Formats: sequence, C-alpha cells, structure tokens
Amino acid sequence: MDIAAYEPGPFYDEMFDPERRPRPGCDLLARTMAELPDTDIARRQQAAERALLHMGITFNVYGHDHGTEKILPFDLVPRVVSGKEWTALERGLVQRTRALNLFIDDIYHKQRVIADGIIPREIVETASSYLPGCKDLDPPQRIWCHINGTDLVRHSDGKYYVLEDNLRCPSGVSYVLHNRQVMKRTFPNVFQQSRVRPVDAYPSELLRVLQHVCPRGVATPNVVVLTPGPYNSAYSEHSFLAQQMGVELVVAKDLVIRDGFVWMRTTRGLARVDVIYRRIDDTFLDPKVFRPDSMLGIPGIMNVVRAGRVALANAPGTGVADDKVVYAYVPAIIKYYLGEDAILPIVPTFVCHDEKQRAHVLANLDKLVVKAANESGGYGMLMGPQASAAERAAFADHIKANPRNYIAQPLLGLSRVPTLLGDGNVLEGRHVDLRPYVLHGRDIFVLPGGLTRVALKKGSFVVNSSQGGGSKDTWVLADENGAKDAAC
Amino acid sequence: MLSRAADALYWMCRYAERAENVARFLDVSLQVMLDLPDPHGEPWAGVIAATGDDAGFYRRYGTATRDNVVRFLTVDHESPNSIVSCLRYARDNARTIREAISSETWEQINKWYLLVNDAAAGGASVADNPYDFLAAMKEASHLFVGVTYLTMTHGEGWHFGRIGRLLERADQTSRIVDAKQGLFLLRPPEVGASLDELHLSALLRSVSALEMYRKRYSRIDHALVMTFLVLDKLFPRSIRHCLDKAKESLCAIMDTPSGSTGTRPERLLGRLVAEYEYAVIEEILDQGIHEHLDGLQSKLNDVGAAIHEQFFATRPDPVQEPMAEAAQ
Repeated sequence: MDIAAYEPGPFYDEMFDPERRPRPGCDLLARTMAELPDTDIARRQQAAERALLHMGITFNVYGHDHGTEKILPFDLVPRVVSGKEWTALERGLVQRTRALNLFIDDIYHKQRVIADGIIPREIVETASSYLPGCKDLDPPQRIWCHINGTDLVRHSDGKYYVLEDNLRCPSGVSYVLHNRQVMKRTFPNVFQQSRVRPVDAYPSELLRVLQHVCPRGVATPNVVVLTPGPYNSAYSEHSFLAQQMGVELVVAKDLVIRDGFVWMRTTRGLARVDVIYRRIDDTFLDPKVFRPDSMLGIPGIMNVVRAGRVALANAPGTGVADDKVVYAYVPAIIKYYLGEDAILPIVPTFVCHDEKQRAHVLANLDKLVVKAANESGGYGMLMGPQASAAERAAFADHIKANPRNYIAQPLLGLSRVPTLLGDGNVLEGRHVDLRPYVLHGRDIFVLPGGLTRVALKKGSFVVNSSQGGGSKDTWVLADENGAKDAAC
Repeated sequence: MLSRAADALYWMCRYAERAENVARFLDVSLQVMLDLPDPHGEPWAGVIAATGDDAGFYRRYGTATRDNVVRFLTVDHESPNSIVSCLRYARDNARTIREAISSETWEQINKWYLLVNDAAAGGASVADNPYDFLAAMKEASHLFVGVTYLTMTHGEGWHFGRIGRLLERADQTSRIVDAKQGLFLLRPPEVGASLDELHLSALLRSVSALEMYRKRYSRIDHALVMTFLVLDKLFPRSIRHCLDKAKESLCAIMDTPSGSTGTRPERLLGRLVAEYEYAVIEEILDQGIHEHLDGLQSKLNDVGAAIHEQFFATRPDPVQEPMAEAAQ
C-alpha cells in the first residue's frame, strides 16, 4: 500500500514524525504495511472483523430490534507506545491511583483534605457521585478503587495528559484482549519482531486483586462478577471476564441475603459469596440505601458490606474522585497525600464554581471545551471552537444556572494514528485517546497496553463508541535495553 | 453451579437439538413427497399438523404449499419452532452463560446462528434449495455436540446440557416416527405395499439410522424398524438410548449410585427407563404406536418439569437450607 502518500498533518502523529519517518519501534510495521498489496490489507481487515463477530465481541445498541449487536469497529493499524514512554506513564498512573484511593478513604472518614483547605467542602458534597451512605465504610485492605481506567490523550506538544479518571466500572478491557488476539493472527511476523508486551495477564491479575480483598478469615474466597444482564451494552465483557477468571457471572436475582451473608442460588442450594466484582452502577446496588427504584440491586447488601462479610469491587462511592470538577484538584490531592508532584499532568481546567474562573470561561467560550460534571460518553459537552453562536449562548445559560456542574478546558489537539479507510486502501490520520487499566490490590498493576479509541469520522475528536468511535490494538514495546517480558 | 446457568445450559442444548431435528423432519418430509407421485389429500397439511402449530401457520400463510412449509420451518422469525427461532433461543441462552461454557462452544453456536440468520435474510434461496441448507444444519449441530463434548469438563453443567439434549432428542425422534406414520396414510392404496420399504428407509435415513439398522437387522420390516428407533439400546437417536443416557447424566449430577430414587426427577426418569428396558414392540404396536408416542411425550414433559422444579426454579424466598459443603 502507498505509505508515502500518507500525510501526518498538523497534529502529533503516533507513527510518523513530521518528516514522515517512522517513529522508533514503528519501522517494521511501516515497512510491512508498505509491502502489503491493497487487496491483502482489505482481506486482513475483513478477516479481523469477522473473527470479532464470531467471537461475539459485540456491544448492544439500544433501541434497535433486529441486529441489536454490533462489533466495535476495529482498525488494523496499531498504536505503538515505546518502552520508555510507557515507563513514565506507568509511574504516573500508579501515583495517581494511590493518591485517589487515599482521597476517597479520607472523604468517607475524617475529611482531613477538606479541613486542610485542599478542596472546598461544597465541591465534594455536591458531586452527584458522592454517596453519604458510604460514610465510615471500611472496605477490606482499605482499597476502594480496585479497577481503574484512566483516559489519557497526547496533545500536539507531544505530552500525555490525563483527560479523566474512571473509578466506578470502567469498561473496554475485553477489547484490549480481543484486539490483541486478532492482531496476532493478522500480523504474526511484525508482531513477534516488534517485541510487543503481552496483555494476557489481565484476568489473572484481576482475580488476584479480587481474592486479595476477600473478607477476613475466608481461605478460598468465592468471587463472582455481577452484571445487570444480557441487555447491558457491556454484557459481553462481563461474561468474558468471568469466563477468563473462571468465576460465576451472576445477576441480582441469583443473589440472596440471609443470616447476614450474601449467597447465590445454585443447583445444590445456597452457596456463600465473598467478593463481588460489580459491573452495575453503585447507586443501583442496594435499593434500601441508594436508589429505591433500582431493579438491578440486592436489597440489604450494604449492611453485609458494612459488616465486612462481603467485598465489593469497586467499593461504592468511588465516583466522588472521578467527578469532573474534583479532577481539577487532583494534582493538589497527590501533593497532599504523597508529598510528590503529579507525574502525569492534567489538562488546565477552569472550575465554573469559582467566580473568577467562571468569568474567564464565559468570556472565552469560543476557545474552550465545556463539560458537564455528571455526564459521560461524550454527552453534555460544548466544543467551543466548533459550536455555533446559539449553542454557545445556550451553554452560557446552563453554566450561569448551575456553575457547580461545569468545567472548561482548552481544546487539545489529540494525537493521530494512521487509520485504514474505504476498502482498506487509503490511510488517513484519525484522532485517538488511550485508556490504560490499573489494578489496585496488594500492589498497583498497570496493564502494559490499553484501549486506544479512535474517532473514525474525519476531523472528529469524539472517540466514544456511541458516537462513531472504533478501537485499535495498543502495542507497548518491551524496553530497548532489557527484554522486559518480550512478546509471546 | 448457579441454578440459572444450569437452566440456560439445559435449554441451550435442547434448542440446538431441536433445530437439528426440525431439519431432519423437514428433510424426510421433502423426500417422502418426492416419492408420492399422486398423493391423496394434502400432504403438506399433514406436515404442518405434525408441528403442532397449525393455527400460527394458517394465520400467516393461508395454504400449505411446499415453499410455505419450508419457509415456516426454516427461516421464519415469527414461527417459534423454525430453525432460525430455535437457534436464536439457543444462542440467547448461551449468551447468558458464556462464562460457564467453553469459548469454542460459544463460537460454534454463534457461528451457527449467524449462518441461519444470513440465510433468513435471503429467505428465497432456502426454499429453492432446502437440501444444502438442511445438510448444513445437521453438520453445524454435530459440530456443536462435538465441540461441547471435547472442550467442556464433563461436570455438572455439561450433564445438564446433555440431559436437555437427550430429552429433546427422545421427544423429537418420537415425533418424527409419529409424523412418518401419518404420512404413510397418504399413500395411494394400490401401490401402498411396494412403497413401504421406501418409506421405512426414508424414515431410517432421516434419523441417520439406515446403515446402523442394516447391521442389526438385514431386512426392512415395520416392526423391526420400530424396535430399532424406539427400543434399541445402543443407537444414539433411539428413544430408549436417549432415556438411558439422560438418566446416567442425572445420576452424575446427583452424585448418587444409579439406584437412587431420592428426588422426583430421578423417580420419573427412572420409571421411564425401566419401562423401555422391559418393553416389547408387539405390545406397543398393539396399543397403537401413535397413542404410545403421545403418552411418551407427555411423560417427557413431566420429567422436564420435575427437573425445572428441582434444580432451576428460583423462589423469591428460597426454602432450601445452605448445604455445608457449598458454604465453605
């Protein structure tokens, strides 16, 4: 295929430098792609997507009847991260996770961070993800956020920034594992020679974390994955993770509270459950404590959690730390708990709750991206530079009406990765982000890889699957100077 | 294992088995029609009657023609017993228990479903040439059974699946035999006797039994064919064999010696197994094969209901006490 025609453009390109030379670690990949006939690439692309369909790696599209399951569009060209870059990211993610965990624990206990003036009380207590019902909760090992997905982006200056934390039920890790399998089949030679670090350890690491937080005195903990059910958009991930860990996948009606414990209904009567990897939102967990209208929850489970007789991962209430406004305070939070400067920078953020910052935001709406604090999936957002005057005026009203709920950031020039278009014979740059997965057990483990989401629409910065996003494999290369667990 | 997972495994296998048998049933019907140069009455109406869903059929199709019947039984999403519906149910069940089955099992049921769904999207071609489609269905089903056998631990879950498959197969074999009896009556009386052997061969072929039958009994004879399909101990689609093996799986699940009679499913299935072990074909034929098979189908329903009640039913407030070994 014609690689020479590829135009890296004005953004940071993950594969080529501005002189169109492959970046370190990308030479072999670029050469192989250049040598492949167009028809061959198209064939491999189709084979890859068919493999995903057969494996049933699909997400549910709400509101459709026939053909309700779709595969997440998958692009063959991987995103490559050098070993050196990864080491820095890894350190930053470990630091951030450790600090956020301490922050959550503090928020639901003594609230020293508030008393010491690091973050205003009203910011914390007005976060919709702050759950007063979790006050004085003591999760096993004092770990709250066991599984995190941190969204990173690389700006035109070549630096990575944290875009947001996902401390409740981050999804997408199954795509990381499946994309990898497909890529190994599609480009076996490049793959092997590029020394890509394996991602296969994720399910065992996850199980280790879940077993680590089991209630005291349980020798062989019974771990389950709790899913809202087959109609949830991430269901295939829930069942995949349960399958890979070799544990039961349960829905709420499989569980029952008795004698102060959680049990599951089996063909031989009730069996005790010790650890629940819950993939339902925390406010749906217990209708007696949180949302009374929840049909997905287990009434009374919070009492069992409080009594330390079952562990939830993630613990309820962790969302307070991934609130989009709290985000602006994370560098100070890291400094406060760890006495260290944040390794990973955040995007400069204006908090509209603050009067001076709000004035600045309102005066510069055409230059900023405004986000509602309690929305996700790319909803509730204003892309200032691209919006019409009317849209900006409407958002200005929203901000004035509810300043606590909004933050604003400069528009980042998300980096791009070459992406196959049409029948797979055209290569164009498309914007990407990166979600690495972090597990907090006895130690903090960062999966060497992650979900690279790609905005398939030309010029679009929105990578969410609900809005035309796809995914790519992420190749973290083994360090140049040491064969750190080279690819298998 | 989870009651819900056991339930889904059982039904996954039942529906997959049903899909295969619908293919077999339709295949034999198509062949018989070819052998009836001038059938009495409306032969395809008899086929529809045998499915037990006449009302649904006539409401939407009006008349029982070959193409309508083929469509109704293969690619019709609205018909609950069409192959595409069976596959959808089988896959829906598999999808709720992907963690309880091997990925190979899941992929096979998923591929099979996608194959049928594609065929349903281009519906006309199946009616034009049903034979290739029906052959593909049998092959996909055999692959499914093989993959389950070879990639899943033969533990509790697998046994629940096997019971589902075998109860379904026993039921379906009885329906194929019964429906074929009905089709015999359509033969023109003057050539009837000479067609008997042809029909019996077609019946045997429809359950892949012709060669195995010939090894056991050399000549084609009505009573012997009935003996083979209903009472043979070793042929995998004979009713008795299905019951024997289902009981074996039930014993494995209960982890009891084969003589145990502790629970209702064990009692009902045990009685049925004993009945077939000591049955002779003459008595069955005297009673009337249709009446006999009708009775069997209703007993199979009872067994299915008892299994549901014993293992799958989730009660709002469970009456079972936690078992010591489970509560470790």
